[in-house]
Amino acid sequence: MKLKQSLCVLLATTALAIPAAAEELTIGLASEPTAMDPYFHNLGPNNAVTRHIFDRLILQDENQGMKPGLATEWKAIDDLTWEFKLRQGVKYHDGSPFNADDVVCSWERAPNVPNSPSSFGTYTKGKSVVKVDEYTVHIKTEAPYPLMPNDVSNIAIVSSDSGCEATTEDYNTGSASIGTGPFKFVSYSPGDSIVLARNDDYWGDKPIWTKVTLKPIKSGPSRVAALLAGDVDMIDQVPTTDISTLEKKADLALSQGVSNRVIYLHLDHKRSDSPFVKANGGGAIDNPLRKLEVRQAISKAINRDAIVERVMEGVAIKAGQLLPEGFFGVSDKLAPVDYDPNGAKELLAAAGVPDGFELTIHGPNDRYINDAKIAEAIGQMLTRIGIKTDVETMPRSVYFKRASRGGPNETPEFSFVLVGWGAGSGEASSPLKSLVSTHTPAKGWGASNRGRYSNPEVDGLVEKALATVDDDARQKLLAQATEVAINDVAIIPLHYQVNTWAAKKGLKYIARTDEATLAIGVVKE
Amino acid sequence: MSLIVFFGVNVIGDPVDMLINPEADQAEIERTIRALGLDKPIHEQYLYFLKGIGSGDFGKSFIFGEPALKLILHHMPATIELALVSLIMAIILGIPLGLYAGLFPERRSSRLIMAGSILGFSLPTFWVGLMMIMLFAVHLGWLPSTGRGDTAVFLGIESSLWTRDGLSHLFMPALNLALTNISLVIRLTRAGVREAMHQDYIKFARAKGLHPRRVIGVHLMKNILIPIITVLGLEFGSLMAFSVVTESIFAWPGMGKLLIDSLLQLDRPVVVAYLMIIVLFFVVINLVVDILYSVLDPRVRLKDQGS
Amino acid sequence: MSQAAGLLVETPLQRFRAEFRESKIAVAALLVLAIIVLLALLAPWITPQNPYDLAQVDVLDGKLKPGSEAFAGYTMWLGSDGAGRDLYSAILYGLRVSLTVGLAAGFLALVIGTAIGLIAAYSGGRTESLIMRAVDIQLSFPAVLIALMLVAILGRGIDKIIIALVAAQWAYYARTVRATALVESAKEYVEAARCLGLSHARVVFRHVLPNCLAPLIVIGTVQTASAIALESTLSFLGVGLRQTEPSLGVLISNGFEYMMSGRYWISFFPGIALLVTIVSINLVGDQLRDVLNPRLKR
Repeated sequence: MKLKQSLCVLLATTALAIPAAAEELTIGLASEPTAMDPYFHNLGPNNAVTRHIFDRLILQDENQGMKPGLATEWKAIDDLTWEFKLRQGVKYHDGSPFNADDVVCSWERAPNVPNSPSSFGTYTKGKSVVKVDEYTVHIKTEAPYPLMPNDVSNIAIVSSDSGCEATTEDYNTGSASIGTGPFKFVSYSPGDSIVLARNDDYWGDKPIWTKVTLKPIKSGPSRVAALLAGDVDMIDQVPTTDISTLEKKADLALSQGVSNRVIYLHLDHKRSDSPFVKANGGGAIDNPLRKLEVRQAISKAINRDAIVERVMEGVAIKAGQLLPEGFFGVSDKLAPVDYDPNGAKELLAAAGVPDGFELTIHGPNDRYINDAKIAEAIGQMLTRIGIKTDVETMPRSVYFKRASRGGPNETPEFSFVLVGWGAGSGEASSPLKSLVSTHTPAKGWGASNRGRYSNPEVDGLVEKALATVDDDARQKLLAQATEVAINDVAIIPLHYQVNTWAAKKGLKYIARTDEATLAIGVVKE
Repeated sequence: MSLIVFFGVNVIGDPVDMLINPEADQAEIERTIRALGLDKPIHEQYLYFLKGIGSGDFGKSFIFGEPALKLILHHMPATIELALVSLIMAIILGIPLGLYAGLFPERRSSRLIMAGSILGFSLPTFWVGLMMIMLFAVHLGWLPSTGRGDTAVFLGIESSLWTRDGLSHLFMPALNLALTNISLVIRLTRAGVREAMHQDYIKFARAKGLHPRRVIGVHLMKNILIPIITVLGLEFGSLMAFSVVTESIFAWPGMGKLLIDSLLQLDRPVVVAYLMIIVLFFVVINLVVDILYSVLDPRVRLKDQGS
Repeated sequence: MSQAAGLLVETPLQRFRAEFRESKIAVAALLVLAIIVLLALLAPWITPQNPYDLAQVDVLDGKLKPGSEAFAGYTMWLGSDGAGRDLYSAILYGLRVSLTVGLAAGFLALVIGTAIGLIAAYSGGRTESLIMRAVDIQLSFPAVLIALMLVAILGRGIDKIIIALVAAQWAYYARTVRATALVESAKEYVEAARCLGLSHARVVFRHVLPNCLAPLIVIGTVQTASAIALESTLSFLGVGLRQTEPSLGVLISNGFEYMMSGRYWISFFPGIALLVTIVSINLVGDQLRDVLNPRLKR
């Protein structure tokens, strides 16, 4: 049935010559990209899909380590200049050769796509690309910038012949979707499927799949059903609740990997009269969340083991800081806080609120794995130590705006929020800069600091780290900044997400920390 | 209507914080708000939108960056296909059952049909949909679980109706969507039959000694078909609307799923355009029903429709 | 007794009762409905857990099979949901919410719809055509869509969902009342009452309205059932009620994600409760229609 169906799909959708031993793969995706244009929307699902078609100068491996892509080597030749040596002999899908002109024009188009809901300006800002010769480019910055390889690994390279002047629609129809990547664009039908064919002239390891179909199936149970019924060969984001059932099936294989995403609680550090913190009975109270003891009490009141075991069904790892161990810049001195309800009550008493207070936790209900259930569990746990907690969850479309700037003068609206943070750069400066550095729009710091935490010591350490090009010294500074922030309970880390892929037997997915689902990562066993 | 929705969706919020990469800084957020035109006062946005409509432009989707109208038209064939098939299912299953229950109201099997029709009304669609997937796709493995099958072009129309794979994908969602309407048709048919059986023209036709099959097939059917067609015609519209639920369960790439996704993501241009299109659709359906009505019942004159 | 009563002239209520009893199914449905309402009303006294009090709910009790014992010592006969709510308790409390939403929305829609319908019928002219135009537009638009839009705009909460349901349903009542009222006001007795110089209000409330009652009751029952179903659908689509104070619809949709993992009970039992409630309301409504519709009388 499966084979016949795939054949039908093939006959209906492609006019390509099919080799006799066609290796086909169909993947059910939880989140759908919004366009085929690699610069239209800077968001996970888009970046994952466009990576099939378009290479980057530097590629991120499954642990977000940097490996050569269209650049064979790179180094900082002085404080303000990085040099990239380009790979020679690479051809685009249409046969045209790749050279430095493509890099220059790609970097020009990347931040300037009309109607982009999230542009790539984040990565290109403050940098200028200069062609040195056919196969060398220099990227210059205004200040020393150690994260250059990370940023470069996020910018796709399109063809100066067909891609730089094209519109997003040209990419969606395929006329501009011509890259150097392992797969060629075949068709894109929003809401239904994305079809790719193998690039037989790929410069790197050739994929084993001659044809790949990506099918967006948003609903978790439907995705699992599609896998069980054999409609797809593999799915991503297996719902935690189905993992134990799927593990028992002999004809399926699961792969799991910790992600770069920490789920944490942010507390109002700034306002003395916080809108969702009330005295018992509903009266005003001087915001107790500003007291270190209260924050510590909340952290101790949370049974992280119960959340991991019960809510996440064992598929998560208790968190004690901003990134799981093994990532660049994490501290080896921080461990998850132990569950200690009595200690929590003592701390509340020491802070002058022995009978607790009233609090509302706000969280999304369609963003992170089991987000609403986690919020509810936190509500239960805090209520039990005397902090009577109301739980309010909402769709992310409403939630994030209100959590970031829903209050007066674009301040955060809530007092106590559940959020997650995935470190796109794969190292600790990303959460440090966005979550716990002082909110400073002019510098672009603290953009997601929804508790308005502010500590000059943390700011100083982060600032210093971001100007330190030497890896060892930077790693120490980042770890130190993390320790200061976590010991001050700037945020309360709960757990790191673990992602699960499920495939039919004989296939295996190499789990990635950046949560992306890539056809090249699907191997045969 | 467009006004309410336009302002309403605006009150909930804007999608920028959800769409933007979390790593983006404040300047980037500002830039995006400006790029989407959301920095302007809402009445100005609305005027701009009205101006666009004048030239057939419903605005561009915030999320996909493509014209909202184009997106909806792209998703429309799948939904029409689904609604059409489920309508046909409702007629094929509903009319014979209703006829039977109406002709023999005292039989136990008729009572069973009627009780079943109440069940059909009452079952929560989403619950039944999932049960169907569990049973037919996972347990028995007869039908594919989700999605739309292959399409082919026939008579110039691209549709999944023309392929076996397409039909097998279509069966479950269409049945799921049809449930309520099967019940509706059963009840309408039965009520019509029971009322008509007491009418003089049926008594007269019987008295004339016409074969019962002719009485039922011609005299009876002709009269009870009118309310059924009216209601089904109108129901076609609500099928398209109700497909929101079915489409989200069966991952059917139609406009209902587009609407719910857009609504949850606050993609205002798509939501507003969807409503405009649906309203237009209803106007067309009403017109078609009126015309059918006059064909079946010559007493109804087209010019009476104004009142 | 029946013989004695048979000799007397039947009051309409007695006749109604007798005719209603003709259908055993409907009587049974009414009985079931009464039990359901009773259970919902008594919920706080007959359940081991208050599922709305977070201090009594524990994630460690989550996803337990039917018949398991909770940490607090009682037995969860129907199992527990993902957050550790005892499903038996949660269903009874959920019934309260669902019934409240259904009845409140049904009643408000009835009052508002009736008022508008009467105004239309009685005032005539431009007001009437304006109102009826609005009713027509509303009716040609599916209730799901109207409610979906409104709830999406208004946000979550019982009050908001009731507003949305009323907005989606008032037109049914308005149309029926107007149609019946037009027929009634043309009759001689209304004419006579007018000639006697009775006030408009008196004519409407004492004479016209009582005659609209029969169809209103029928529509009312059916619309209440559909309000309950609509609420659960909206909750399933993610725009309904808050998940910490679940209605039956929220319980089902919470259980939705557990369907594939064999934890059928989380959405199965609330689904059955919802089904039984709606079916019994509809069965009662169906019989009411048969009894109250004189055209079908044999």
